[in-house]
Amino acid sequence: MTQRARDLSRRRVLFGGAALGAGALLTACTSNEEPNTAQTVAAGPNPNASPGKKVVMGFSAPAADHGWIAAITNNAKAQASQFSDVEFRAVAAGANAAEQRAALSTLISQKPDVIVLLPYDGKELNSFGLEAMRANIPVVNLDRAFPDALAYRLQIKGDNYGMGVAAGNYIAAQMKAKGVSSPVIGEIAGIDNLELTQERSKGFRDALAANSMRVANRRAAEFTVDTGQREATLLLRALPKMDALWNHDDDQGIGVLAAINQANRKEFLMVGGAGAKAAIEAIKADNSVLKATVTYSPSMASSAVSLARLIGQGRKMSDLAELQVPKEIILASETITKENADNYLPLGF
Amino acid sequence: MSDATAAPTAAAAAPDGGTDAALGKRSWWRDDASESVRRNLGLVGVLLVLILIGFITKPDLYGDPEWFADNVFSILKLASAIGVVTVGMTFVIIGGGIDLSVGAIIALAGVWCTTVATQSYGAGGMIFAAVAVGVGVGLVNGVLISYGRLVPFIATLAMLVAARGLASQISNQQTQVSRSVTINRIASENLLGVPLLVWIFVLVVAAGWVLLNRTTFGRRTVAVGGNPEAARLAGINIKRHTVLLYVLSGLCCGIAAIMLTSQATSAQAAMANLYELDAIAAAIIGGTLLSGGRGTIVGSLLGVLIFSTITNLFAVNNLSTEAQNMIKGGIIVAAVLVQQVQFKSLSQFLRRNRATT
Repeated sequence: MTQRARDLSRRRVLFGGAALGAGALLTACTSNEEPNTAQTVAAGPNPNASPGKKVVMGFSAPAADHGWIAAITNNAKAQASQFSDVEFRAVAAGANAAEQRAALSTLISQKPDVIVLLPYDGKELNSFGLEAMRANIPVVNLDRAFPDALAYRLQIKGDNYGMGVAAGNYIAAQMKAKGVSSPVIGEIAGIDNLELTQERSKGFRDALAANSMRVANRRAAEFTVDTGQREATLLLRALPKMDALWNHDDDQGIGVLAAINQANRKEFLMVGGAGAKAAIEAIKADNSVLKATVTYSPSMASSAVSLARLIGQGRKMSDLAELQVPKEIILASETITKENADNYLPLGF
Repeated sequence: MSDATAAPTAAAAAPDGGTDAALGKRSWWRDDASESVRRNLGLVGVLLVLILIGFITKPDLYGDPEWFADNVFSILKLASAIGVVTVGMTFVIIGGGIDLSVGAIIALAGVWCTTVATQSYGAGGMIFAAVAVGVGVGLVNGVLISYGRLVPFIATLAMLVAARGLASQISNQQTQVSRSVTINRIASENLLGVPLLVWIFVLVVAAGWVLLNRTTFGRRTVAVGGNPEAARLAGINIKRHTVLLYVLSGLCCGIAAIMLTSQATSAQAAMANLYELDAIAAAIIGGTLLSGGRGTIVGSLLGVLIFSTITNLFAVNNLSTEAQNMIKGGIIVAAVLVQQVQFKSLSQFLRRNRATT
């Protein structure tokens, strides 16, 4: 009996020790040191680069769930740290629009000079924009537009429709160059019930229709790598022979490319979206089906911080005749190919 | 308790209006013991109907034998990761619990095994990390539920939120690319003409079947889920057994994390989103009773296969994900409705009606 008890306790000690050791080994495995570069506006010979009035800048963006949002926050911080006259105050946005609103109301009470905001949902946070503007705090809306024009001082956003058009035009041109008369074109979209996904797909359809081409099969992934892999596998099954493929997002594109490799397919060309660094590097290396990507760059956060500083200081944009920063800026979606990949590499996230 | 043990008594004590001759004639079809077999045959029928629909809608593709064979493997690969999770989930549900944290455990295990530090230990280190994280989180779930007396729903819901939070903390919200060639090749290699992922899937299902049907552990699981008090009086250590069930589920999640990481050649905190619902739905379609005490591995396997066949069929026909989700929801409701109208009571009802008229 005692012998058995001792055996048991020894076994327990051994097991406990093993568990502790495994735990220690595991915790050592969480370190994640990879350089994280940010894209900022270079401070060159620009009259606006000289330090001006001190600006207290509030910032809020949703908690990052994928690379693009993470890059937005990193860029904003990096850009703000380049200005000696900007005091950057980021507030955690929490997990949904209501939490972001609560965080922002504490920000208003601190009376910042200007607020840069990427809302969870432009419609849901419209009232916050109005409130801040009434309190004489200019609001810079980043990417997700407020429906009410009184709710923001500056709106800077990407062009989702234009992104689809750029991808469609590139594919149409390539197909014509190759002499494919009725190409089989696939599309892997992002989360389908987001307005931005609908706009991108509409732009893509319209651009293809102008060249009398159409999408043969369209799958919606969820902007995550594993769903990208899943939907791409299904798409490749449905289209045993394909000529071109547009994938909306380079982050989910990692999964899409994995699926293409696993299926051992290379008869088509692929166009990405957003402009991730890995994608630009792959385009430059020109050793995969990925031949181009259309931008939706998170560098817009750097521009937003830079312009918010000018608004806070009442300065003008040096290349414009007007004495104030414009009210709306929509970034053009550019097409990155092997030829110009080097120019865009610093902007990759 | 289980169908198998209840059958002889039910047959003997059947308040049957018929004569002894009727009792003797009692067919296999009406026998209680074959209830789960009958249900599984129904599911196989649904699978065949789905394939038939494929033949009708896309005769050019389905008619090509090579494409068809590839497609079968494609469906099995699609089902592999979620199938492994469903095996663990089936055990937990049969044991009277539920595990809402499976998707989050996969994300945490996947992210943990693809960190730069873990990858430096090579493929073995990555597999160890994923499995150890899965088992560890399962252990925490089990201890909280057994010894902390938390309701399984709440304990695993809390773990769902916390594990995903930790995963996004570790990954710094970035996608972590796996640079291990060995891991990435799991998704693309074939062994004897069958994809490696399918082998893993088949092995886990076979192990699960043996564990549930041919071991004391499996019988105890059914006993604990069917009637915990009776199981306790029969001398089963319910608390320890419950802990083991959640550890088993965590282990399955760890294996699935490796499979999913190799398929996507990367991991991120948002991966395996809503896998808990897919796994529960597959188990329920397969005839697992949500209150515990009944369920089969084969049924759950068929549930998973039906879901992935539908996904594949919809993709091949270029139909939207929305339509697909509506059909899946309909199938879940239909499966549960069919289970409520049990075959036994239905046939009894028919017989009684015949007797009165």
